[in-house]
Amino acid sequence: MKPKSGTDHVFLFPSMIRGKRGLSLIFALIAVALLIAAPFGLKPYGIYLLSLWAVMTIAAIGLNLTLGYAGQISLAQASFVGIGAYTAALLTTQGWPLGAAFALAALLCFVIGWLLGYPALRVAHHYLAFVTLSFATLVFLILRNEEWLTKGVYGISGIPRPTLLAWSTKAPQDFYFFCLGVLALASIAAWWLLRSPWGRAFTALRENPIRASSLGIDTRRYTLMAFAIGSALGGVAGVLYAPLVQFIEPTAFTLGLSFNLLLMVIVGGAGRFFGPFLGAAVSVLLPEWLRFSEGLYLMLYAIFVMVLLAFFPSGLLGLAERLRTSWPRSSKSAS
Amino acid sequence: MAAVLEVRELRKSFGGIGAVNGVSFAVHAGEILGLIGPNGSGKSTLFNCILGQLAPSSGEVRIDGRPIGGMRPCDLNRLGIGRTFQLLQVFPQLSVRENLLLAGQEHEGGMWSRLFGPRDAGLTAAANRMIDFFRLAALAEERAGALSYGQQKLLDVAMAFMAGPRLVLLDEPAGGVNPTMLGGLRERLKAINETGRSTFVVIEHNMEFVMSLCTRILVLAEGRIIAEGAPEAIRNDRKVIEAYLGT
Repeated sequence: MKPKSGTDHVFLFPSMIRGKRGLSLIFALIAVALLIAAPFGLKPYGIYLLSLWAVMTIAAIGLNLTLGYAGQISLAQASFVGIGAYTAALLTTQGWPLGAAFALAALLCFVIGWLLGYPALRVAHHYLAFVTLSFATLVFLILRNEEWLTKGVYGISGIPRPTLLAWSTKAPQDFYFFCLGVLALASIAAWWLLRSPWGRAFTALRENPIRASSLGIDTRRYTLMAFAIGSALGGVAGVLYAPLVQFIEPTAFTLGLSFNLLLMVIVGGAGRFFGPFLGAAVSVLLPEWLRFSEGLYLMLYAIFVMVLLAFFPSGLLGLAERLRTSWPRSSKSAS
Repeated sequence: MAAVLEVRELRKSFGGIGAVNGVSFAVHAGEILGLIGPNGSGKSTLFNCILGQLAPSSGEVRIDGRPIGGMRPCDLNRLGIGRTFQLLQVFPQLSVRENLLLAGQEHEGGMWSRLFGPRDAGLTAAANRMIDFFRLAALAEERAGALSYGQQKLLDVAMAFMAGPRLVLLDEPAGGVNPTMLGGLRERLKAINETGRSTFVVIEHNMEFVMSLCTRILVLAEGRIIAEGAPEAIRNDRKVIEAYLGT
């Protein structure tokens, strides 16, 4: 029997990889293989950039949860990265294991993120943006002014990289694989969360909170959870950031980083699981790839982002989705 | 017999303008009460006050004899009260099936069990029954936003029944639905009312629909009840005709 739709091409593939889910699986496997192979041909700076990509992806996954899925704007994600980084720096320079920093930073950021979520119950959109912006300023001022704790503008240096059992992550390549492992765990946790009924509730919260509430969804609790979990992931990213750069100071966690993380989420595709992965690649890696243009590289980067968002506001994954859905139609009309 | 829903002297003002001016009525188990009235008569405001979307200026609402003032819409839903809105309120990014799962999931287990339990919250069979009942089987995996207006309206109504509510407030369920689909919607609502002993309050402008569905009708004008009775009596009521025709 002749297949009757424009999706004939899927019959060429085994049943397990048919459709959108199968394609996503293939792309994910190729991406994992590339990420594992990538550092072997790179110099330390290239490996550093890949590690930074992994760290920023974790922070962007957190912001994607808060903004992309639950629809709550936040300009404070850099603050949570900063809280995580300072937690790691203060603990590990005192001899504590990095695992303790992960636990404390995640808990601390979860609680602070939960509290920061309360204004989101009263205000939305640009008002909420300004509430979170004020919080970001407050955190920056604490990091800069409370020298007894943070060493202020002098920063904290000599942050050690961890040793897991007998595996030392001092070398760039080892630390990259450590970052990749943490990214994998964070991704699995986020995937689990978003595939659960919580993920549907977050989507409902973003699309129509009044209707969501009328269906029994406790919008207040889910809003707070979205802030808390997203912030905790920011903290986890910060814990990795500190031993990556081995020296931290307050200006690394200003509004600029928050905007950058926001850009990663939007450029990749807000509310799409793999959006932060792509967005972080654009934000961290693309400017480096454009360095062949010497002094023009940041201008080219800015133009790329402007064009992308002007014509494809749903981000790179939105663009891919559009191409994927239009391809069978166009190939059918051509035949 | 205690009323499922009891509204006592409910008032709601916006500034100096009274949208609902001392409305009292009761709805008993298994009843389908129609709430009609010209545009701006306060029907939707009354719904929103009953369901916690708006805080009434004064008065009281009771469910099964229990005051529900100050309760949030999500808590009211968990008490077994469902609703639809005047405008379409489906989740366009979710599939038809996911919309239905969403509509029922908060009634299954606690928040943590929903996180670590099955993705469908154990509701796939119930969602499939609802999909079949509302004849949406061919569209089950479609994004709700890709459906026609009438199909979305059916989904909207189906979502209100997903958690098996005892009382459902339907705000213009027939609005924008074509006549063929409308007949089907009416039959389904009657079937749910008869088999599930659900109680409905229906706001509707489509007189033919409301007269053939409801067992009793209240007529609202300028925030007050001006008539109450069986559909046939309301159809011939002079005050109702004046309110609609403005004579």
